[in-house]
Amino acid sequence: MSGPAIAHVVLALVAAPLLLSVISRVKARVAGRRGPPLLQPYYDSARLLRKGAVYSTTSTWVFRASPVVGLSAVVAALLLVPFGGAQAILAFPGDLFLFASFLALARFVTILAALDTGSSFEGMGASREATFGALTEPALLLALVAFAHEAGAGSLSAFVQPVWSESATTGALGLGALGVVLLAENARIPVDDPATHLELTMVHEVMVLDHSGPDLALIHYASALKLWVFGALFVGVALPQPDGWGGFAVAAAGMAGVAVSVGLVESLIARLRMSAVPHFILGASALSLVALILGLR
Amino acid sequence: MNDVTGPIAEAAGALLVLTALAVLGTSRIRTAIALVALQGALLAVVILVEPGELASGRSLALAGGTLALKSVVFPRLLLRAQREARVQQELQPFVSYPFSITSGVLLLGVAVWLTDRMTVPPLAHSLDLSVGLFLIFAGLFVLVSRRIAVGQVLGYIMLENGIALFGLTVAGHEPVLIELGILLDVFVAVFVMGIAIVQINREFDHIEVDRLAALRD
Amino acid sequence: MPLVVVLLPAAAGALSFVLRGDAARRGLLMLTAAAHAAVVASFWVDRPEPMLADWIAVDALGLLVLTIASGLFLTASVYGVGYLAREGPDVRPDFFQRGRLIANEPEAVFVGALLFFLAAMSLASVSHHFGLLWVAIEATTLTSAPLIYFHRHQRSLEATWKYLVIGSVGIAVALLGTFFLAASASGTEEGPVVVEALVSRAASLDPTWLKAAFIAMLVGYGTKVGLAPMHSWLPDAHSEAPSLVSALLSGALLNTAFLGILRTLEVLGAAGLGDFGRELLLIFGFISMGIGAAFIIQQRDYKRMLAYSSVEHMGIVAIGIGIGGGAPFGAMLHAVNHSVAKAMLFLIAGNILALYRTKTVQEVSGVIGLAPVTGMLWVAGFLAITGTPPFGAFVSEFTILRGAIDDGAWIVAAGFLALLAAVFVGMASSFLGMAQGEATDVSRGRRESILAVAPPALLGAVALLLGLWVPPALADVAHEAARAIGGA
Repeated sequence: MSGPAIAHVVLALVAAPLLLSVISRVKARVAGRRGPPLLQPYYDSARLLRKGAVYSTTSTWVFRASPVVGLSAVVAALLLVPFGGAQAILAFPGDLFLFASFLALARFVTILAALDTGSSFEGMGASREATFGALTEPALLLALVAFAHEAGAGSLSAFVQPVWSESATTGALGLGALGVVLLAENARIPVDDPATHLELTMVHEVMVLDHSGPDLALIHYASALKLWVFGALFVGVALPQPDGWGGFAVAAAGMAGVAVSVGLVESLIARLRMSAVPHFILGASALSLVALILGLR
Repeated sequence: MNDVTGPIAEAAGALLVLTALAVLGTSRIRTAIALVALQGALLAVVILVEPGELASGRSLALAGGTLALKSVVFPRLLLRAQREARVQQELQPFVSYPFSITSGVLLLGVAVWLTDRMTVPPLAHSLDLSVGLFLIFAGLFVLVSRRIAVGQVLGYIMLENGIALFGLTVAGHEPVLIELGILLDVFVAVFVMGIAIVQINREFDHIEVDRLAALRD
Repeated sequence: MPLVVVLLPAAAGALSFVLRGDAARRGLLMLTAAAHAAVVASFWVDRPEPMLADWIAVDALGLLVLTIASGLFLTASVYGVGYLAREGPDVRPDFFQRGRLIANEPEAVFVGALLFFLAAMSLASVSHHFGLLWVAIEATTLTSAPLIYFHRHQRSLEATWKYLVIGSVGIAVALLGTFFLAASASGTEEGPVVVEALVSRAASLDPTWLKAAFIAMLVGYGTKVGLAPMHSWLPDAHSEAPSLVSALLSGALLNTAFLGILRTLEVLGAAGLGDFGRELLLIFGFISMGIGAAFIIQQRDYKRMLAYSSVEHMGIVAIGIGIGGGAPFGAMLHAVNHSVAKAMLFLIAGNILALYRTKTVQEVSGVIGLAPVTGMLWVAGFLAITGTPPFGAFVSEFTILRGAIDDGAWIVAAGFLALLAAVFVGMASSFLGMAQGEATDVSRGRRESILAVAPPALLGAVALLLGLWVPPALADVAHEAARAIGGA
């Protein structure tokens, strides 16, 4: 329960939406526009919170509970992620599986809510999300296990930092896999276009189509936090972070870097054909497996 | 010396594995040709950092030959053969791409497992041994599972890459003459195969080898 | 010096690409073949010394293979001169596929490839360094591919492609085996991967690597030998190639590829693992004999029948070596006998093909009436290849059989005899049916030119001679070869 660890959680809770706005800004700049103000997500959330929610008559309590449960799961996952060289608030051997489970829970309740609406639009989105989720989970877990094996420790907080110095190969391969998982889990191009509203091409957007008002605000906030969580993991492996507040500053800068990179990737690469997305994510699993196999020698 | 060469060899080995998996997963012929050319360059790097032979005359000659042949000449030959069959840009495998990639990773596991069981001769990077064995398996897989003749030749080249890597680690020091002779033979083989592919396209108007089935009992 | 047998045909091959005029090229071919045969004959009188630190040497095994190759090449060249004169460069309609036109390969390429092919086979016979041996055998694959594709049509192209790919993959496995062999020696002091050197250090070689090396060599070079189940390229290639090329492929190349396996067996024997190798050879030998017999029965294409017969006979040689004791001597003799008889049969098949324009057994009949010498030689060839006395194959197969019985290997002997009988029955109706009966009306061209008939007749005479009397010189060399690979 060190200072930096608590500061990380606070920073994440406060600044996560900034990641989304940085991404939008970068995309706008690359496209030659100026882009929305950096605080736009906060304005949007405030606006949504003032509104009332509309619930379809076919939906049940599942639909109403889903945004809250989803957000709680992501916050719980946040508590497990180390930042700035310091231990996370919750850290014990094997916590990487708990981490993956929390994220899976978040996805699960979102899918349930989508199915609960009884609409075919959301059902289609739910099935796509479930498929992609089934593909990203092995990639994520295998990459984390490869890291754990390489560093010789079982806790996220313990193995995230030493991986790079132990074996650059495992680090590089695992980072590649993590990058793909980051893009896939957070519905970024090339896996999913967050700006599209065409039935044929939506994945994540379509699942949350029926939420409104405060629920929608919670969902947007949860997705921002999820991006933060993955970004923190990525930065933790990629950048060497000295102990103490210096490492914290490095990590924070790394987060900004992650946001900018995602923005650039979204601007420069086209979205993959839907049938090619499983191949892409499978490639990430292959990368993780290779990292694991090479590390097991 | 080993401080520098070790990580370089390891990085090259990992990249070789990745290129092989990418060849298994790609559908476009031109991409596959480029990947195999990259393998040739990586192989040249591994030759150069072979333990005890850093930048020796022998390894320079071999690496230069490998680079020239596998990264420059072979891609040219194959691209020319493929250009003749203009319409067919895809590799058309018998098995799906996800199956190929999954099999590839499984084969990597088998290769690593087998290498653990071998008594590795001294002065060998055991990673190179596993990678060499894996390339042999992957090359055979590509050779057997691709309909397009160019795909079969690519599988053959990958097979030869794996054998060369294997030989590098395991066979001690063959005289340069023999190594160059082997390179020459592989070159002529690919050259002749390239000519054959052009002829096949002219005769049959396609280069799908599973349709060459007129001769049977 | 032994390298002459390599350099001479190689230089001639290069020259043939430069020469103008078909007559000059054909003359070059004959001249080189004759000179090559003369040099090899001189080796029999006086064996040359090893050179290049034992990389190149002429030992009994190599001499046997080299002589077969050289002799067959000479006969095939004589036949070839007549063949090339008949063929001509014009485009003509394809008999088997209506509506298609086929042309021939430029004669310069054909003759050049033939000469380079001889050079490669000679190099394989005299090289005692395993790496050099590999280079040579791979070279034989590459130089013989254009030979198979002489008639440029779809079937020969398909056969050439399969030959190239399967052959190259097999040879790649053999390269792996060569590296395994080097690995088995790498624990000791640095030494070249030369047969003699390995044999002398045999006790210190790592047995696991050695066994792995033999398996890889057996599968790899065995693909080129045509041992089943790696033989699938053989029926296509040997039946689509021009007949004189088929004669060389079946008669000379298969033996040369066998050298790779036998040299490894030499090392294995010196290391005390000879029984391991021989067991594997027995297994592959029986599979080959079995598959050969199975596909000979009911075979509709007579050239494919001859090709499967080659698979069967390579199986016989493998079995002979695998039995050990007195049998390897029989196997060495059988290599000679099979090559002579098979080459004769292929040349005669070429004549039949030219006359009847069909490869189907059913459609050919009355050869004896139409072309008496050809017909007689066809029947004689059938008797020779199935091991009927008084032809040579009988003697060699009998020796192998006796070796099995002496060893008490009754099942081996029984299986051997049964498969030989099956092949005889399978071939008899086809061959005799083709020779006898009413001649179908064919009135194209000259019936039998001297160049088309004399070479196979000579081979037939040799096959007969070897059945009646084995020259002492040949017997000595065969015994020496057999001893090297584990015989008595």
